[in-house]
This record gives sequence, structure tokens and C-alpha cells, in this order.
Amino acid sequence: MISLSEFLIFGGLLFSISVAGIFLNRKNVLVLLMAIELMLLAVNVNFVAFSHFSGDIDGQAFVFFVLTVAAAEAAIGLAILVTLFRNRRTINVEDLTEMKG
Amino acid sequence: MEKVYLAVVLAPLIASIIAGLFGRQIGRSGAHWVTIIGVAIALAASLYAFYMHVIGGLPTFDGTVYTWIASDLFEFNIGFLVDNLTVMMMVVVTAVSLMVHIYTIGYMHDDPGYQRFFSYISLFTFSMLMLVMANNLLQLFFGWEAVGLVSYLLIGFWYKRESAIFANLKAFLVNRVGDFGFLLGIAAILAYTDSLHYATIFERLPELADITVEYWPGVEWSLISVIAILLFIGAMGKSAQVPLHVWLPDSMEGPTPISALIHAATMVTAGIFMVARFSPLFELSDAALSFILVIGAVTAIFMGLLGIVQHDIKRVIAYSTLSQLGFMTAALGVSAYSPALFHLMTHAFFKALLFLAAGSVIIALHHEQDMRKMGGLAKKLPITFATFFIGALALIGFPGTSGFYSKESIIYAVAASELPGAEFAYWALFIGVFVTAFYTFRMLFLVFFGESRMDAHTASHAKESPKVVTVPLMLLAVPSLIIGFLVVEPWLFGTYFDDSIRVLATHGAMATLEDQFTGAWGMFLHGWATPVVWMALAGVAGAAIMYLGMPKVLPPLFARVFAWPKRILDEGYGFDSFNNTVIAGGSRLLGRGLWKGADLRVIDGWLVNGSAALVGYMARTWRLIQTGYLYHYAFVMILGLIGLMTWIVFIGA
Amino acid sequence: MSLYQILFYVFASVAVLAAIRVVTVKNPVHAALYLVLTFFSTALIWILMEAEFLGIVLLLVYVGAVMVLFLFVVMMLDVNIAPLREGFIRNLPVGVFVALVMIIELALILGPATFGLELYPSPEPAPADAGNTLAIGQVLYTKFVYPFEIAAFILLVAIVAAIALAHRRRPGVHYQDIDAQVRVRAEDRVRIAELDADKTRRGDVAGDSKANQDKETS
Repeated sequence: MISLSEFLIFGGLLFSISVAGIFLNRKNVLVLLMAIELMLLAVNVNFVAFSHFSGDIDGQAFVFFVLTVAAAEAAIGLAILVTLFRNRRTINVEDLTEMKG
Repeated sequence: MEKVYLAVVLAPLIASIIAGLFGRQIGRSGAHWVTIIGVAIALAASLYAFYMHVIGGLPTFDGTVYTWIASDLFEFNIGFLVDNLTVMMMVVVTAVSLMVHIYTIGYMHDDPGYQRFFSYISLFTFSMLMLVMANNLLQLFFGWEAVGLVSYLLIGFWYKRESAIFANLKAFLVNRVGDFGFLLGIAAILAYTDSLHYATIFERLPELADITVEYWPGVEWSLISVIAILLFIGAMGKSAQVPLHVWLPDSMEGPTPISALIHAATMVTAGIFMVARFSPLFELSDAALSFILVIGAVTAIFMGLLGIVQHDIKRVIAYSTLSQLGFMTAALGVSAYSPALFHLMTHAFFKALLFLAAGSVIIALHHEQDMRKMGGLAKKLPITFATFFIGALALIGFPGTSGFYSKESIIYAVAASELPGAEFAYWALFIGVFVTAFYTFRMLFLVFFGESRMDAHTASHAKESPKVVTVPLMLLAVPSLIIGFLVVEPWLFGTYFDDSIRVLATHGAMATLEDQFTGAWGMFLHGWATPVVWMALAGVAGAAIMYLGMPKVLPPLFARVFAWPKRILDEGYGFDSFNNTVIAGGSRLLGRGLWKGADLRVIDGWLVNGSAALVGYMARTWRLIQTGYLYHYAFVMILGLIGLMTWIVFIGA
Repeated sequence: MSLYQILFYVFASVAVLAAIRVVTVKNPVHAALYLVLTFFSTALIWILMEAEFLGIVLLLVYVGAVMVLFLFVVMMLDVNIAPLREGFIRNLPVGVFVALVMIIELALILGPATFGLELYPSPEPAPADAGNTLAIGQVLYTKFVYPFEIAAFILLVAIVAAIALAHRRRPGVHYQDIDAQVRVRAEDRVRIAELDADKTRRGDVAGDSKANQDKETS
């Protein structure tokens, strides 16, 4: 059988890949958003795995809420992206330096 | 009876409000009529209370009239404690106050602040009555501060004079010093007994007797002594004991009637009254009693000496008041509370008399107070002279007069005491008697005898004062003469003060005195043979030789021979200059230092501007970290995450 | 090796490989498609863990809706990809290093020593008629009903926010202002003018009519 440890390492792999993705695609907001989705997925994998192994359904209820928030986040993030692109004709992170001190 | 007590207190207050707020409407005569009627009601009610308590045998009244604040811990009430001590004070206060009210009609006749003056003195009467009738410390403190306020207002009554403003400020400030101690004492009592009510405090005193407090590391103080000395510091301010006496001579800037009422007869004796009222507390502390005794004796002798070199007639009487207050304080110190109160009462009458008579002289000479410009007035002002003379006799303790009985008792009580410092105090008071007699008769001779040193214009106008002035003088002269004879036996050795004053058996001065007492008549006869009286007569004789015999030769000669001591006396022992340079100057230096150093540099410079500058500096430097690039923030976040994970894996968990 | 294990390793490998492609491909469209693949594989793994409802939801909501939204946005925006790829090679070592550190550390925590089968034995397979949806529904509408309401509200806010952000008011386009239409009153639109009814005077010059009025008033 598959141990809990394997499920968790699977989640950890997804998480690490998404972190690396943030490093690699640091200029492309679109891929950054995708990497964040990937991160949330990794977390959800952990939730489901723990829920499965402890026989407690609550973990799955949490996944449900995380999915809700992730969907909302994706929708707003993309809306911001669209507005951004419309105003500046670019999604290059290097050009977004309004916050520079 | 409660209504009678209320009438005593409220009649002057209402009169004061009417005269003060509606002075313009009721006019000058309206103002004096309403206040005189108010005080007369108070006097009548006081006399009635006196009669009921002393002769009718009414028990001590101790009741609350109004609850001001009731909290879980404390109750702040307005209430009256009326016993034999209180009724005596009530009668003295209202009687002298009434005399002063009547006298004021003549003295302040031409003054534009006529209504204001009457309002103030009625307000003073109210405050003083609140003080003496209080049954709790809060109300006592209220009266204490209220009389201080009125004193301040009245010293500065002629507020256009620079010196009056200076004097009233000085009085106020010096009294603050005393009140600070007084307030600390009250707070200590409240802290340890949870009550401000006299009777409750006295009940709990035995619990406090063994408590010691450590304010200085390693030095244990008896709590009772601390409280007693703190309370007495308040009394020192109010009753002008050395070194807090400096305000009283300057307070003579006020009109003469209030010098008589406030700064001689009543307010300044509030300290004496308070200590007597708290006799159960002071009795428990020999240290405090010794302190009181020494302070009193020092005041009695050294302030008396200052009276010799004064030229202003009112200042002589003012220093005399200081000296007499010293006598009373010394009596308190040896647990002779009843002689102190006795002297308080007789002093109230004869000192008020002296002041008012001096005021009469001042009126006659058109507000001239310098004795060097008087002389030979005995013929021109016969009534004033006669009453002044009676007052002077009472002051020096001439056998038979009221002052004789009270002062004699004090000196013998001090002599009989075994308290540390009693020996010194006895000699101080003994010499004080000579000094008193000397300056009193020096003043008398300078003013009423010898050649006239007035200019011709003043001399021709000098005539006896109107009846409103002379009648109070005559009315005051009567008790000054005889009251001592009447009350010496019941007051000092009878049961008059038994309910009010408690003396421990170990403080046996009064008991010793009682053994020697042979009745008022016997005391009078014996008086002729006592050294004290001979000291007084020697003083009179000395003054007579100096100022009657050879006024042109001896005083200048003495001034030359004793140039150094005279200079010290002229300087008032340097208290004023010490206060001005060291205390006031030090305060100003401290204030300046705090202003420049603490306020400008530390608070404004470092804390206010410094913190702003620091924030600005940090913002300037740290803004460089904020690149604005999203991936930098993400990178930092991930670094933090990795750091946290590393910590969990290798160190924590 | 049982079928269960084979399936898990197949799905996991696909998911991980697809995830790697998500972050490495040049074209965002491809990245989104790889992301779909990752989600799909992960949904299957969830189903392996008897989380059927969530697996289906992940497919429907994410693959069906969110990812389509991503694709839609990616395709709609005319993104010039070349500058976005700058520094990819330069950042590769750092990214890989960080990822490796994380993987090693996670493995240290999550390895068989702490979460192995001995410590957490695999649960008994649920009976064939067990309802995962029923179980989630039972906690969601009882224990978690309040967070559920909040989640619904968050979605509502997200909808409103997304519309508010992305909505564009184009100049030059006419559209109805229903508020103004409803609020309109007769006085705003129609003005009743009192006109002189005397037709014989029609055509007179203004000065005459004024003189006429003066005559009438006087």
C-alpha cells in the first residue's frame, strides 16, 4: 500500500516545483499566478492525505474552502491582470515598479 | 441643635454672598448691615450653643449634615463636631468677627472696595467656623484652605499696591509649603485608618501606635510620629511658626481690621486649634511633641526680639503675634493643651484689641503707620489710649489681666515638663516675657507719650475716632481684662476640656500645675511674687528708661553698641533673603535647568524632534530595500519559508 | 506491486512532470494546458484517496472553469513572450537549488520515519456504498455552516470585484441610464409656453407687439 509519507512527499514535490517556478518565471505574472495555483493544489493534497489517513472528513471540508478561496483569488488576480495589461500594454513584472521606495 | 449649628455657619455665608454678588444693588450701608446681621446671628447662635453645652450640659454633638461623596472605601461628609472646645472657638470667632465688622464701618469708610471687604470678612467667618466645627479632616482641610484663600484675598485687598500683591503671594506660597505637609498627614491618616472622621480615627489610633514605616532605607520611623509631624507642619504654615513665619509680618499689607481678625485672633490660631483637636494623636508621639515644643519656643523668643527693632506699628504687633503663637505652640508641646487654648482665646481678644486700637491711631493719623512719626497721642486719643493700654497690659501678662493667667500657666507648664527640650523652652519663654514687655511698652511709649514727631498738619487733624471704632475697642477691652480671671479655674483645672482633649498620664505637666493651683485669686496674689511677672515689669521698666527717660540718647547709643545684633534683627535673621536667594533662586535655577535641559534638549530635542528625525532617517535608508519588484518580495517570502523549515527540521520540533 | 500502487505512481509521475513543464515551457498557453494536466492527475490521486467529491470538484471547477479562464485571458491578451523569458537561464540554478533544498527538507520531515505505514497504517477501504459526498455535505451544512456562508460571501465579493476591475466604460457608446429614465418628471421634459392667442397680429414686428402690450397695460 501507499504510505502517508508518499502522499505528503508528492504534495511537497508539487510545492517545491511551484516555488522554483516563481524563481524561473519571475517576470511573467501569468505563470506566477499558475505557480500559486499549483502551490494551493499541493496544500490541498496534504489536506486530503491527512484526512484520508486519519479518517476525519473535516480535512476535506477544508479543501473545499481552500478551493473556494483559490477560485476567488484566481478570478480577481486575472481581473487585475486584464486591467493592468489594458493600461500598460505589458505584464512584465520588471515594468511594475510603482512600489519602489 | 443641628439647626442652630447650621445657622452659625450659614448666616455669614449667606450674608457674604449677598454682599459680594449684590453689593452694587444694596449699597454700602446695605452691605455692612447684611453682614453684621449675619455675623450677629452667628454670634447669638454660638452663644446659645455655648450656653447649652457648657451650662446646660448638652452632650457632645457629632453628626453628619450632608454626604458629599460615598464610595466603597471612604465617605466624605460634611458634619459638625460640637463640644466645649468647639463652642469656645465659635464664640471667639464670631465675637471678634462681629467687633471687626462694626469697626470696619469706621476704618474702611472711604474705601471704594467697601462691599467687597464686607463680603470677604463674612466669607472668612464662614470658613473659620467650618474649620472649627468640622468633625472630619476633609472639612477641616476645606476650612483650612478657605481661610487661606480669604487671607490671600484680603492681604491683597489693595491690589493696586505692588507690595500688597507681593505679600499675598508670599502668604499663599508659604502656606502651600505647610499645607503640603498637612495634606500628606491627612493622606497618611486616611491610608492607615480608612477614615477621615475624627472619632473613628481616634478609635483606631492604638492600632497604629506600633507601626513603623521606612521611608529611608535603614531608618525606621514611628508612623504616629510621622503623621503628627506632618500635621504639625501644616500648623506651622497656618500658625506662622519658624521657619514658615515669613508671610505673617508681610500680611500687614492688608487693611488693619483683617490683621486683627485673621492674622491675630482667628486664622493663625487654626494650627493651635488643630493640634489641640488631635491631642489623642499627638500624645502618642514624644518625638513630635518635642519638635513642637522647640519650634514654639524658638518662635516665641526670636520673633519677639524682632518686634523690638520694628518701626511700623502694625509690624510690631505682627511680630508680637508670632511670638505669642510660639507661646501657644510651646504649650502644646508639653501637652498643656488647655493653657494653649486658653491663651489662644485671651490672645484673640487682647491682640484683636491691640490691632484695632493701632488701627484707630492709624485712622487718626491718616494712614500713617510709622511710629517715628507719632508720639504724644495719649491726650488726643484718650479712648484709644486707654484700650490700647489695657491690651498692652494683657499682652505682657500683668497680674490680673487675662494674658497673665494664660501666659503664666503656659510658662509653668513648660517648667514642669520633663520632655527633651523643655529646659531650653522654659528659658526661651522666660526671656520672651521680658522681650514681650519691652517691645510692647516701647510701642506704647513711642506712640502715646513723649514729644509729638508728627508734622503740624497731621497733628492738628488728629482726633478721636468715631463711635463705630471706639465701641468695639471698649467691648474687646472688657474680656481682655477679666476673662482670664473668670475661666482659669474651670478651663485649666476643671472638666471643661475633658471631652475634647486627652492627655497621657506620662505627660504630667498639667497635673503638676494643678497641684500648685490655688484658685484664680490666689494665682493673682502669688503672681506678684513670681519671677515671670518681675521679668515683665523689668521689660516695662527698661522700655520706660529707654523711650521715656532718655529717648534721644539711649536708643541711638544701643543701636551703635549693638550694631551687629541689630543688623541681624533688621534682616529678620535673613529668612527672607535666604528664601529669596536659595529657595526661590534655587527653584528658578532648577526651573531654568529643566526648561533648557529637560524640556528643550531632552523632550523637544531628543524625544520629539529626535524620534521624528529617527523615523525620517530610517525611512530614508530603508526605502532603498523596497525595490518594487514583485519577485524580490516573493524571494524574501520563500527565503523566510525555507528558514522556518530549516529551523523546524534541524533545531526545533 | 498492486494496481493501487501502480496507479498512484503513474498519476504522481504525470502530475510532477506536468508541473515541471508548467514552470518551464515558453508559451503560457502551453503552461496552462500543462497545469490542466497536473490538476487532472492530482484529481485522480484524490479519488485514489477516496476523496471522490473533491476530485470531481477539482476537475469541474478548476479544469472546467478556472483553467479555462486562464486560457481565455492568456489568449485574449496579446502578450509578447520574449522579454518575459529573459533571465530564465540565469535564474535556473537558483530556482533549482531552492527547490532541491525544500524537497530534501520536506523529505526529512515527511519521510517514512515520521509518516510511514507503521505509524499511520493505511485505512481500511471504504465499503462500496459509502458516500463521500454525503459525508462532506453532512459536515459542511452542520459543523461548517458558518464558514460555508462566509465562503459563499467571498465568492460573491470576488465576482463583484472582478467585474468592477475588468469592466470598461467605453467612450462613444450609447446606453440606457435607467435610473435617470425612472426619475424623470414631466416638468423636466415639457415646457408649457403661454402664447398670445391673437392670430390677427401674427407676423408683426417685435416693436409693434411691444407697443401693443404697452397700450394694453396703460
